[in-house]
Amino acid sequence: MKQQIAVVDYGMGNLRSVSKALEHVAPDSRVKVTDDPNDIANADHVVFPGQGAARDCMAAIKRHQLNAVVLEAAREKPFLGICMGLQVLLGFSDENNGVELLNLFPGKVTRLPPAMQGEEGLPLKIPHMGWSQARQTQSHPLWHHVDDDSRFYFVHSYYVEPDDEALAAATTEYGVNFVSAIAGSHVFACQFHPEKSADSGLQLLRNFVQWDGR
Amino acid sequence: MFAKRIIPCLDVDNGRVVKGVQFVDIRDAGDPVEVARRYNLEGADEITFLDITASSDDRATMVDVVEQVASEVFIPLTVGGGIRKIDDVRRMLSAGADKVAINTAAVFNPEFVREATEHFGSQCIVVAIDAKAVNDHWEIFTHGGRKPTGLNAVEWAQKMTEYGAGEILLTSMDRDGAKTGFDNRLTRAVAEAVSIPVIASGGVGELQHLVDGVKLGGADAVLAASIFHFAEYTIGEAKQFMSKQGIEMRL
Repeated sequence: MKQQIAVVDYGMGNLRSVSKALEHVAPDSRVKVTDDPNDIANADHVVFPGQGAARDCMAAIKRHQLNAVVLEAAREKPFLGICMGLQVLLGFSDENNGVELLNLFPGKVTRLPPAMQGEEGLPLKIPHMGWSQARQTQSHPLWHHVDDDSRFYFVHSYYVEPDDEALAAATTEYGVNFVSAIAGSHVFACQFHPEKSADSGLQLLRNFVQWDGR
Repeated sequence: MFAKRIIPCLDVDNGRVVKGVQFVDIRDAGDPVEVARRYNLEGADEITFLDITASSDDRATMVDVVEQVASEVFIPLTVGGGIRKIDDVRRMLSAGADKVAINTAAVFNPEFVREATEHFGSQCIVVAIDAKAVNDHWEIFTHGGRKPTGLNAVEWAQKMTEYGAGEILLTSMDRDGAKTGFDNRLTRAVAEAVSIPVIASGGVGELQHLVDGVKLGGADAVLAASIFHFAEYTIGEAKQFMSKQGIEMRL
Protein backbone atom coordinates (compact mmCIF):
# COMPACT_ATOMS: atom_id res chain seq x y z
CA MET A 1 0.00 0.00 0.00
CA LYS A 2 1.13 3.47 -0.79
CA GLN A 3 2.07 5.63 2.15
CA GLN A 4 -0.80 8.03 2.89
CA ILE A 5 -0.06 11.61 3.85
CA ALA A 6 -3.01 13.70 4.98
CA VAL A 7 -2.75 17.49 4.73
CA VAL A 8 -5.39 18.83 7.11
CA ASP A 9 -7.61 21.34 5.34
CA TYR A 10 -9.76 23.42 7.65
CA GLY A 11 -10.16 26.30 5.26
CA MET A 12 -7.30 28.39 6.62
CA GLY A 13 -4.84 29.28 3.97
CA ASN A 14 -3.52 27.94 0.79
CA LEU A 15 -2.53 24.30 1.04
CA ARG A 16 -1.52 23.84 -2.52
CA SER A 17 2.16 24.65 -1.94
CA VAL A 18 2.30 22.24 0.98
CA SER A 19 0.79 19.38 -0.97
CA LYS A 20 2.90 20.13 -4.06
CA ALA A 21 6.08 20.15 -2.02
CA LEU A 22 5.15 16.84 -0.37
CA GLU A 23 4.40 15.28 -3.75
CA HIS A 24 7.76 16.55 -4.92
CA VAL A 25 9.72 14.87 -2.12
CA ALA A 26 7.54 11.76 -1.88
CA PRO A 27 6.46 10.90 -5.41
CA ASP A 28 5.45 7.37 -4.35
CA SER A 29 3.14 8.53 -1.57
CA ARG A 30 -0.46 9.52 -1.80
CA VAL A 31 -0.92 13.11 -0.62
CA LYS A 32 -4.48 14.05 0.22
CA VAL A 33 -5.70 17.51 1.19
CA THR A 34 -8.66 16.73 3.39
CA ASP A 35 -10.97 17.77 6.21
CA ASP A 36 -12.41 14.27 6.59
CA PRO A 37 -11.62 12.90 10.07
CA ASN A 38 -11.47 9.38 8.59
CA ASP A 39 -8.72 10.35 6.15
CA ILE A 40 -6.74 11.86 9.01
CA ALA A 41 -7.30 8.84 11.23
CA ASN A 42 -6.23 6.47 8.45
CA ALA A 43 -3.19 8.43 7.23
CA ASP A 44 0.36 7.30 7.97
CA HIS A 45 1.62 10.88 8.24
CA VAL A 46 -0.31 14.03 9.05
CA VAL A 47 0.62 17.56 8.03
CA PHE A 48 -1.17 20.37 9.83
CA PRO A 49 -0.64 23.75 8.14
CA GLY A 50 -2.45 26.98 8.78
CA GLN A 51 -2.45 30.70 8.15
CA GLY A 52 -4.39 33.62 9.44
CA ALA A 53 -5.55 34.72 12.85
CA ALA A 54 -5.65 32.42 15.89
CA ARG A 55 -9.33 32.99 16.60
CA ASP A 56 -10.33 32.18 13.00
CA CYS A 57 -8.12 29.08 12.97
CA MET A 58 -9.59 27.69 16.18
CA ALA A 59 -13.12 28.46 14.99
CA ALA A 60 -12.41 26.66 11.71
CA ILE A 61 -10.95 23.61 13.49
CA LYS A 62 -14.08 23.40 15.64
CA ARG A 63 -16.40 23.96 12.69
CA HIS A 64 -14.74 21.09 10.83
CA GLN A 65 -14.89 19.02 14.06
CA LEU A 66 -11.22 18.28 13.87
CA ASN A 67 -10.08 18.93 17.48
CA ALA A 68 -10.15 15.34 18.63
CA VAL A 69 -8.81 13.73 15.49
CA VAL A 70 -5.95 16.21 15.20
CA LEU A 71 -4.91 15.70 18.82
CA GLU A 72 -5.17 11.95 18.41
CA ALA A 73 -3.04 12.02 15.27
CA ALA A 74 -0.44 14.15 17.05
CA ARG A 75 -0.16 11.54 19.79
CA GLU A 76 -0.03 8.53 17.49
CA LYS A 77 1.78 9.16 14.23
CA PRO A 78 4.33 11.39 12.58
CA PHE A 79 2.77 14.82 12.68
CA LEU A 80 4.11 18.02 11.16
CA GLY A 81 2.69 21.40 12.19
CA ILE A 82 3.50 24.42 10.04
CA CYS A 83 3.09 28.11 11.02
CA MET A 84 -0.39 28.40 12.62
CA GLY A 85 -0.29 24.60 12.70
CA LEU A 86 2.48 25.03 15.29
CA GLN A 87 0.84 27.86 17.23
CA VAL A 88 -2.54 26.19 17.75
CA LEU A 89 -0.82 23.22 19.44
CA LEU A 90 -0.03 25.47 22.41
CA GLY A 91 -2.35 26.44 25.25
CA PHE A 92 -3.23 30.06 24.76
CA SER A 93 -2.64 32.88 22.29
CA ASP A 94 -2.55 36.59 23.05
CA GLU A 95 -3.91 37.26 19.54
CA ASN A 96 -7.48 38.58 19.15
CA ASN A 97 -7.66 39.54 22.86
CA GLY A 98 -6.89 35.98 23.90
CA VAL A 99 -7.75 32.62 22.33
CA GLU A 100 -7.78 29.15 23.90
CA LEU A 101 -5.83 26.73 21.72
CA LEU A 102 -5.57 22.93 21.49
CA ASN A 103 -3.19 22.75 24.46
CA LEU A 104 -1.20 19.73 23.31
CA PHE A 105 1.85 21.61 24.57
CA PRO A 106 1.17 23.94 27.52
CA GLY A 107 2.49 27.38 26.88
CA LYS A 108 1.48 30.56 25.12
CA VAL A 109 1.71 32.45 21.87
CA THR A 110 2.93 36.03 22.09
CA ARG A 111 3.22 38.94 19.68
CA LEU A 112 6.66 40.01 18.49
CA PRO A 113 7.47 43.17 20.46
CA PRO A 114 6.95 46.45 18.57
CA ALA A 115 9.77 48.91 18.03
CA MET A 116 12.50 46.30 17.85
CA GLN A 117 15.62 47.92 16.47
CA GLY A 118 16.88 46.66 13.11
CA GLU A 119 19.68 47.76 10.84
CA GLU A 120 20.02 50.99 8.87
CA GLY A 121 18.40 52.90 11.72
CA LEU A 122 14.97 51.48 10.94
CA PRO A 123 12.76 49.44 13.24
CA LEU A 124 12.39 45.73 12.53
CA LYS A 125 9.24 45.21 10.53
CA ILE A 126 6.27 43.15 11.67
CA PRO A 127 5.31 40.67 10.24
CA HIS A 128 8.66 38.97 10.31
CA MET A 129 8.64 38.17 6.59
CA GLY A 130 11.65 36.60 4.95
CA TRP A 131 14.58 34.24 5.45
CA SER A 132 15.99 33.70 8.93
CA GLN A 133 18.28 31.12 10.44
CA ALA A 134 17.08 28.21 12.55
CA ARG A 135 19.59 27.31 15.23
CA GLN A 136 19.03 23.62 16.00
CA THR A 137 18.68 23.09 19.74
CA GLN A 138 18.31 19.31 19.73
CA SER A 139 19.24 16.56 17.33
CA HIS A 140 16.18 15.24 15.58
CA PRO A 141 15.47 13.01 12.56
CA LEU A 142 13.91 16.01 10.79
CA TRP A 143 17.24 17.85 10.88
CA HIS A 144 18.96 15.03 8.98
CA HIS A 145 21.11 16.64 6.25
CA VAL A 146 19.83 20.10 7.19
CA ASP A 147 22.77 22.29 8.22
CA ASP A 148 22.58 24.04 11.55
CA ASP A 149 21.66 27.71 11.06
CA SER A 150 20.05 27.01 7.69
CA ARG A 151 17.71 29.73 6.52
CA PHE A 152 13.98 29.15 6.25
CA TYR A 153 11.15 31.37 5.04
CA PHE A 154 9.05 32.94 7.80
CA VAL A 155 5.84 34.97 7.74
CA HIS A 156 4.40 35.65 11.19
CA SER A 157 3.72 38.24 13.86
CA TYR A 158 3.36 35.87 16.84
CA TYR A 159 5.71 33.26 18.27
CA VAL A 160 5.40 30.29 20.64
CA GLU A 161 6.65 30.06 24.22
CA PRO A 162 6.23 26.44 25.37
CA ASP A 163 6.30 26.02 29.16
CA ASP A 164 8.66 23.09 28.72
CA GLU A 165 11.75 24.66 27.17
CA ALA A 166 13.13 21.22 26.36
CA LEU A 167 10.53 21.00 23.58
CA ALA A 168 12.46 23.52 21.50
CA ALA A 169 13.97 22.01 18.37
CA ALA A 170 15.18 25.34 16.98
CA THR A 171 15.44 28.98 17.90
CA THR A 172 15.54 32.04 15.67
CA GLU A 173 16.63 35.59 16.24
CA TYR A 174 14.36 38.42 15.13
CA GLY A 175 14.54 41.19 17.66
CA VAL A 176 13.94 38.49 20.25
CA ASN A 177 15.33 34.97 20.32
CA PHE A 178 12.21 32.83 19.89
CA VAL A 179 11.42 29.12 19.58
CA SER A 180 11.00 28.50 15.84
CA ALA A 181 10.43 24.74 16.00
CA ILE A 182 9.31 22.32 18.67
CA ALA A 183 9.57 18.53 18.84
CA GLY A 184 7.70 16.29 21.25
CA SER A 185 6.52 12.69 21.01
CA HIS A 186 5.34 12.24 17.41
CA VAL A 187 5.17 15.93 16.66
CA PHE A 188 7.54 18.23 14.87
CA ALA A 189 6.17 21.71 14.35
CA CYS A 190 7.81 24.78 12.89
CA GLN A 191 7.01 28.46 12.67
CA PHE A 192 8.67 28.72 9.25
CA HIS A 193 7.34 27.37 5.96
CA PRO A 194 9.40 24.38 4.79
CA GLU A 195 7.28 24.22 1.63
CA LYS A 196 8.59 27.68 0.69
CA SER A 197 12.16 27.31 1.93
CA ALA A 198 13.89 25.92 -1.16
CA ASP A 199 16.36 23.06 -0.58
CA SER A 200 16.50 23.21 3.23
CA GLY A 201 12.73 23.08 3.45
CA LEU A 202 12.43 20.24 0.95
CA GLN A 203 15.04 18.26 2.89
CA LEU A 204 13.06 18.74 6.09
CA LEU A 205 9.89 17.53 4.34
CA ARG A 206 11.79 14.57 2.88
CA ASN A 207 12.94 13.70 6.40
CA PHE A 208 9.38 14.00 7.65
CA VAL A 209 7.89 11.57 5.13
CA GLN A 210 10.60 9.06 6.03
CA TRP A 211 10.18 9.57 9.77
CA ASP A 212 8.56 6.87 11.88
CA GLY A 213 7.66 9.38 14.59
CA ARG A 214 10.31 8.34 17.06
CA MET B 1 20.33 37.31 11.41
CA PHE B 2 17.53 38.40 9.17
CA ALA B 3 18.37 38.38 5.46
CA LYS B 4 17.43 41.02 2.92
CA ARG B 5 15.70 39.56 -0.11
CA ILE B 6 16.38 39.69 -3.85
CA ILE B 7 13.25 39.32 -5.94
CA PRO B 8 13.53 38.92 -9.72
CA CYS B 9 10.43 40.14 -11.54
CA LEU B 10 9.02 38.69 -14.75
CA ASP B 11 6.64 40.67 -16.93
CA VAL B 12 4.29 38.16 -18.49
CA ASP B 13 2.05 38.92 -21.47
CA ASN B 14 -0.41 36.23 -22.42
CA GLY B 15 1.70 33.53 -20.84
CA ARG B 16 5.06 34.65 -22.27
CA VAL B 17 7.89 36.56 -20.64
CA VAL B 18 8.30 39.90 -22.39
CA LYS B 19 11.47 41.99 -22.60
CA GLY B 20 13.18 38.66 -23.25
CA VAL B 21 15.54 36.77 -21.06
CA GLN B 22 19.00 35.82 -22.21
CA PHE B 23 20.36 32.71 -20.63
CA VAL B 24 22.59 30.48 -22.73
CA ASP B 25 21.23 27.32 -21.20
CA ILE B 26 17.56 28.09 -21.57
CA ARG B 27 15.72 26.55 -24.50
CA ASP B 28 12.78 28.90 -24.52
CA ALA B 29 13.59 32.25 -22.96
CA GLY B 30 9.98 33.33 -23.24
CA ASP B 31 8.68 30.51 -21.10
CA PRO B 32 8.03 31.88 -17.61
CA VAL B 33 8.21 28.42 -16.09
CA GLU B 34 11.69 27.84 -17.44
CA VAL B 35 12.87 31.28 -16.38
CA ALA B 36 11.44 30.86 -12.88
CA ARG B 37 13.16 27.50 -12.59
CA ARG B 38 16.43 29.15 -13.51
CA TYR B 39 16.03 31.99 -11.00
CA ASN B 40 15.23 29.48 -8.30
CA LEU B 41 18.45 27.58 -9.05
CA GLU B 42 20.39 30.84 -8.86
CA GLY B 43 19.08 31.46 -5.35
CA ALA B 44 16.23 33.94 -5.79
CA ASP B 45 14.52 34.57 -2.43
CA GLU B 46 11.12 35.02 -4.07
CA ILE B 47 9.80 35.48 -7.60
CA THR B 48 7.28 38.08 -8.73
CA PHE B 49 5.18 37.73 -11.87
CA LEU B 50 3.58 40.81 -13.27
CA ASP B 51 0.76 39.95 -15.63
CA ILE B 52 0.59 42.69 -18.24
CA THR B 53 -1.93 40.87 -20.43
CA ALA B 54 -4.31 43.47 -21.78
CA SER B 55 -7.35 41.28 -22.23
CA SER B 56 -8.90 39.76 -19.15
CA ASP B 57 -9.93 36.74 -21.24
CA ASP B 58 -6.31 35.76 -21.48
CA ARG B 59 -5.70 35.84 -17.76
CA ALA B 60 -6.43 32.15 -17.46
CA THR B 61 -3.01 31.68 -19.05
CA MET B 62 -1.40 33.30 -16.01
CA VAL B 63 -3.17 30.82 -13.76
CA ASP B 64 -1.60 27.97 -15.72
CA VAL B 65 1.83 29.57 -15.43
CA VAL B 66 1.48 29.94 -11.66
CA GLU B 67 0.27 26.35 -11.33
CA GLN B 68 3.23 25.01 -13.24
CA VAL B 69 5.80 27.11 -11.41
CA ALA B 70 4.29 26.33 -8.00
CA SER B 71 4.58 22.62 -8.58
CA GLU B 72 8.33 22.74 -8.95
CA VAL B 73 9.68 25.97 -7.50
CA PHE B 74 9.48 26.01 -3.71
CA ILE B 75 10.07 29.64 -2.79
CA PRO B 76 7.44 32.38 -2.31
CA LEU B 77 5.66 33.46 -5.48
CA THR B 78 3.86 36.78 -5.94
CA VAL B 79 1.50 37.60 -8.79
CA GLY B 80 0.45 41.13 -9.71
CA GLY B 81 -1.48 42.72 -12.54
CA GLY B 82 -5.22 42.68 -13.03
CA ILE B 83 -6.09 41.73 -9.45
CA ARG B 84 -9.40 43.54 -8.99
CA LYS B 85 -11.80 41.23 -7.21
CA ILE B 86 -11.72 38.80 -4.31
CA ASP B 87 -12.18 36.08 -6.88
CA ASP B 88 -9.00 37.13 -8.70
CA VAL B 89 -7.10 36.80 -5.43
CA ARG B 90 -8.60 33.42 -4.68
CA ARG B 91 -7.83 32.15 -8.19
CA MET B 92 -4.15 33.06 -7.95
CA LEU B 93 -3.72 31.74 -4.42
CA SER B 94 -5.34 28.45 -5.25
CA ALA B 95 -3.14 28.18 -8.33
CA GLY B 96 -0.17 28.27 -5.96
CA ALA B 97 0.74 31.95 -5.56
CA ASP B 98 1.69 32.90 -2.01
CA LYS B 99 0.94 36.58 -2.38
CA VAL B 100 -0.89 38.83 -4.79
CA ALA B 101 0.00 42.41 -5.53
CA ILE B 102 -2.92 44.84 -5.76
CA ASN B 103 -2.19 48.04 -7.59
CA THR B 104 -4.73 50.13 -9.46
CA ALA B 105 -7.69 48.44 -7.81
CA ALA B 106 -6.44 49.63 -4.43
CA VAL B 107 -6.34 53.22 -5.66
CA PHE B 108 -9.89 53.15 -7.01
CA ASN B 109 -11.31 50.99 -4.24
CA PRO B 110 -9.20 50.93 -1.06
CA GLU B 111 -11.83 48.84 0.71
CA PHE B 112 -10.84 46.01 -1.61
CA VAL B 113 -7.50 45.81 0.23
CA ARG B 114 -9.23 45.58 3.58
CA GLU B 115 -11.61 42.97 2.26
CA ALA B 116 -8.80 40.91 0.74
CA THR B 117 -6.68 40.95 3.91
CA GLU B 118 -9.67 39.99 6.04
CA HIS B 119 -10.41 37.12 3.69
CA PHE B 120 -6.94 35.76 3.10
CA GLY B 121 -4.71 37.31 5.75
CA SER B 122 -2.26 40.21 5.54
CA GLN B 123 0.62 37.88 4.75
CA CYS B 124 -0.60 37.35 1.19
CA ILE B 125 -1.65 40.87 0.26
CA VAL B 126 1.00 43.15 -1.21
CA VAL B 127 0.00 46.68 -2.17
CA ALA B 128 1.89 47.93 -5.20
CA ILE B 129 2.50 51.67 -5.41
CA ASP B 130 3.73 53.42 -8.55
CA ALA B 131 5.05 56.83 -7.55
CA LYS B 132 6.58 59.84 -9.27
CA ALA B 133 8.29 62.83 -7.74
CA VAL B 134 6.06 65.91 -7.95
CA ASN B 135 7.59 69.07 -6.46
CA ASP B 136 8.67 68.16 -2.92
CA HIS B 137 6.73 64.91 -2.57
CA TRP B 138 5.76 61.74 -4.43
CA GLU B 139 2.44 61.15 -6.06
CA ILE B 140 0.76 57.94 -7.13
CA PHE B 141 0.23 57.41 -10.85
CA THR B 142 -1.78 54.71 -12.56
CA HIS B 143 -1.92 53.37 -16.11
CA GLY B 144 1.77 52.80 -16.42
CA GLY B 145 2.62 56.19 -14.99
CA ARG B 146 0.37 58.22 -17.28
CA LYS B 147 -2.50 59.13 -14.97
CA PRO B 148 -1.95 61.18 -11.83
CA THR B 149 -4.21 60.45 -8.88
CA GLY B 150 -3.36 63.31 -6.58
CA LEU B 151 -2.54 60.79 -3.84
CA ASN B 152 0.57 61.29 -1.74
CA ALA B 153 2.58 58.05 -1.93
CA VAL B 154 3.86 58.10 1.65
CA GLU B 155 0.43 58.82 3.11
CA TRP B 156 -1.06 56.17 0.85
CA ALA B 157 1.43 53.57 2.07
CA GLN B 158 0.44 54.38 5.65
CA LYS B 159 -3.22 54.08 4.80
CA MET B 160 -2.70 50.73 3.07
CA THR B 161 -0.81 49.48 6.14
CA GLU B 162 -3.80 50.43 8.29
CA TYR B 163 -6.04 48.58 5.83
CA GLY B 164 -4.07 45.42 6.52
CA ALA B 165 -1.53 45.19 3.69
CA GLY B 166 1.32 42.81 4.54
CA GLU B 167 3.93 44.44 2.37
CA ILE B 168 4.48 47.41 0.06
CA LEU B 169 5.94 47.01 -3.42
CA LEU B 170 7.19 50.50 -4.19
CA THR B 171 8.10 51.42 -7.76
CA SER B 172 9.61 54.73 -8.75
CA MET B 173 8.10 55.59 -12.13
CA ASP B 174 10.87 58.17 -12.60
CA ARG B 175 13.50 55.47 -12.35
CA ASP B 176 11.71 52.51 -13.90
CA GLY B 177 13.77 51.42 -16.91
CA ALA B 178 16.29 54.24 -16.43
CA LYS B 179 18.98 52.01 -14.90
CA THR B 180 20.20 54.86 -12.70
CA GLY B 181 19.30 53.19 -9.39
CA PHE B 182 16.29 53.20 -7.09
CA ASP B 183 14.83 56.48 -5.88
CA ASN B 184 16.32 55.89 -2.43
CA ARG B 185 14.79 59.01 -0.93
CA LEU B 186 11.35 57.72 -1.87
CA THR B 187 12.08 54.25 -0.50
CA ARG B 188 13.40 55.67 2.75
CA ALA B 189 10.43 58.00 3.18
CA VAL B 190 8.04 55.07 2.86
CA ALA B 191 10.16 52.59 4.86
CA GLU B 192 10.28 55.03 7.75
CA ALA B 193 6.57 55.74 7.58
CA VAL B 194 5.23 52.17 7.73
CA SER B 195 5.66 49.18 10.03
CA ILE B 196 5.47 46.56 7.25
CA PRO B 197 8.24 45.45 4.86
CA VAL B 198 8.97 47.59 1.80
CA ILE B 199 10.24 46.23 -1.52
CA ALA B 200 12.17 48.77 -3.60
CA SER B 201 11.59 48.60 -7.35
CA GLY B 202 12.44 50.56 -10.47
CA GLY B 203 15.81 51.63 -11.77
CA VAL B 204 18.36 48.91 -11.10
CA GLY B 205 21.18 49.01 -13.64
CA GLU B 206 24.09 47.68 -11.60
CA LEU B 207 24.74 45.72 -8.44
CA GLN B 208 25.65 48.75 -6.35
CA HIS B 209 22.07 49.96 -6.84
CA LEU B 210 20.81 46.92 -4.94
CA VAL B 211 23.15 47.72 -2.06
CA ASP B 212 22.02 51.36 -2.08
CA GLY B 213 18.36 50.31 -2.02
CA VAL B 214 18.99 48.55 1.28
CA LYS B 215 21.58 50.86 2.84
CA LEU B 216 20.29 54.24 1.69
CA GLY B 217 16.66 53.38 1.00
CA GLY B 218 16.15 51.11 3.98
CA ALA B 219 14.34 48.53 1.80
CA ASP B 220 13.62 45.08 3.19
CA ALA B 221 13.80 43.57 -0.28
CA VAL B 222 14.99 44.68 -3.69
CA LEU B 223 13.23 43.86 -6.94
CA ALA B 224 14.84 43.93 -10.37
CA ALA B 225 14.05 42.67 -13.82
CA SER B 226 16.35 43.53 -16.66
CA ILE B 227 19.75 43.08 -14.98
CA PHE B 228 18.82 39.47 -14.37
CA HIS B 229 16.93 38.85 -17.62
CA PHE B 230 19.79 39.86 -19.80
CA ALA B 231 22.17 37.78 -17.75
CA GLU B 232 24.27 40.83 -16.97
CA TYR B 233 24.46 39.36 -13.50
CA THR B 234 23.19 36.20 -11.94
CA ILE B 235 21.20 36.40 -8.74
CA GLY B 236 24.03 34.52 -7.05
CA GLU B 237 26.51 37.22 -8.07
CA ALA B 238 24.17 39.93 -6.83
CA LYS B 239 23.83 38.22 -3.46
CA GLN B 240 27.59 37.77 -3.11
CA PHE B 241 28.10 41.43 -3.96
CA MET B 242 25.58 42.59 -1.37
CA SER B 243 26.97 40.23 1.22
CA LYS B 244 30.50 41.59 0.71
CA GLN B 245 29.11 45.05 1.41
CA GLY B 246 27.96 43.84 4.78
CA ILE B 247 24.32 43.07 3.98
CA GLU B 248 22.95 39.88 5.47
CA MET B 249 21.87 37.58 2.62
CA ARG B 250 20.75 33.98 2.18
CA LEU B 251 23.72 32.55 0.30
